[in-house]
Amino acid sequence: MTHLDRVLLLITGLLAAYQVVIGIDGLSTLPMIAYTIAFGILLIASLLLIILGFDVLKSPIVVVVSTIIPLSLSLGLVWQHLAPVRTPYLILIILGFLAIIVTRTISMHNKLPTIVLATVHGISGLTIVLLPIWLSLRGEMQPLYSLVGVGGALISIGGLLLSFLKTGKPILSQATVLLVLPGLLLLMTICFVVGFMFG
Amino acid sequence: MNAIAIKLRLYAPLIKSLQTGLLVSTGLAGYMSARCPVFNLFTMTGLLFSLVASISGSTILNMWWDRDIDAKMGRTQQRPLAAGKIDPPEAFWVGLVLSLLGVGLAVSLDLLYGLIIFAGLFFDVVVYTIWLKRRTCWSIVWGGISGGMPILAGRVLGLGSIDETAILLSLGILFWIPTHILTFSMRYFADYHSAGVPTFPSTYGFGFTRATIATSSILAALAMGFAAWGIGMDWGFLRLLGVLSVGLLVLAIAVTVRPSERVSFGLFKYASVYMLAAMILVMIGVM
Repeated sequence: MTHLDRVLLLITGLLAAYQVVIGIDGLSTLPMIAYTIAFGILLIASLLLIILGFDVLKSPIVVVVSTIIPLSLSLGLVWQHLAPVRTPYLILIILGFLAIIVTRTISMHNKLPTIVLATVHGISGLTIVLLPIWLSLRGEMQPLYSLVGVGGALISIGGLLLSFLKTGKPILSQATVLLVLPGLLLLMTICFVVGFMFG
Repeated sequence: MNAIAIKLRLYAPLIKSLQTGLLVSTGLAGYMSARCPVFNLFTMTGLLFSLVASISGSTILNMWWDRDIDAKMGRTQQRPLAAGKIDPPEAFWVGLVLSLLGVGLAVSLDLLYGLIIFAGLFFDVVVYTIWLKRRTCWSIVWGGISGGMPILAGRVLGLGSIDETAILLSLGILFWIPTHILTFSMRYFADYHSAGVPTFPSTYGFGFTRATIATSSILAALAMGFAAWGIGMDWGFLRLLGVLSVGLLVLAIAVTVRPSERVSFGLFKYASVYMLAAMILVMIGVM
């Protein structure tokens, strides 16, 4: 890991810490918890990457932990903006997360773990990408709120690159993924923070 | 001039600048937890100098006393006293004068503050290093107590008395120190063993040591959390402290459940980052 990587990760961690501290005005308890979990994991992940280097990505728990970020972010967005589907989405998120834990814990020799991971990631990822952009286009939120969607797209790209790398079918080489990862994480965090702040 | 520069370069490692810096930051945090925003530059400067002098002095005295075991351990044998680069009596006097300067300055600022600084120095040099370190692995409790003195002293200087929050802040440091020292004693197990210094891993085994680390991390996080609540920390900063505490707990549990050199090292480093971050939050969280 280069010094530049560490600096980028440190800024990412500081931005995530800032978002945890300022929170988001006027939110009820559940979305506040959901956003705190998402940015909290981003902060701790940045610190662990700085301390332990990219080797930490080899841990099997990374797949489960990295799922929590899109799940909790999408839950916060849905709870904040789509009141009629709050409870069904909460149930879906809980079941999806449990399914990922179960399929990652029990040894399986079929494609079920990948299907479960792709489905849960897909639903939460599309929610984070599309919902803020849709709300901005409809004029319900400020135009800059669409940056949250851009952040969602970036986290999806990062998640896909890492997931395929871990399953042994890399889209890009490991060296390239690790080269772009700190910058991608920073850009994604900037989009989230700016989107939530000015949106 | 050149001779002075050479001397300073030799003495710099004796002060353990990172450890001293961290302990000084706890003292500042303790003070600012009671007096923030800080306007009294005179008291702040006095606090800073008394802490730097007394902590540096006690660290030099520790190194002076432990130079024989430092010489037996690969990790420490290049330290100036262990390597024979500094005359031991000279180091003793430098350590003693710095310690007395620190305590004297502390007493002149406030009697109770000075007493706590003196207690920290006494527990660290006499009780921990000279009396117990070579006899029992439980000596680290006294190392922890002395480590908790700067933050207690800082808050007492700001408040004028000892309150529950000061005790909790001090307990936070006391419980954090085993996380730091025990991880270190596992990493350098062979070194401590060859020097004949009793440690938790050599006395009770690695499993018990890891469980102790996990327990003390949980207690440290709880103590810091309650202390932060006690000083009236802003809700957003409390959330951040909670997030950082969860990171500490997860790593502590990982060290116990899936032990490895890498995770232990991660916990060791993260614990330092955690404490520094907690101190910054205590400083700015009540502004």
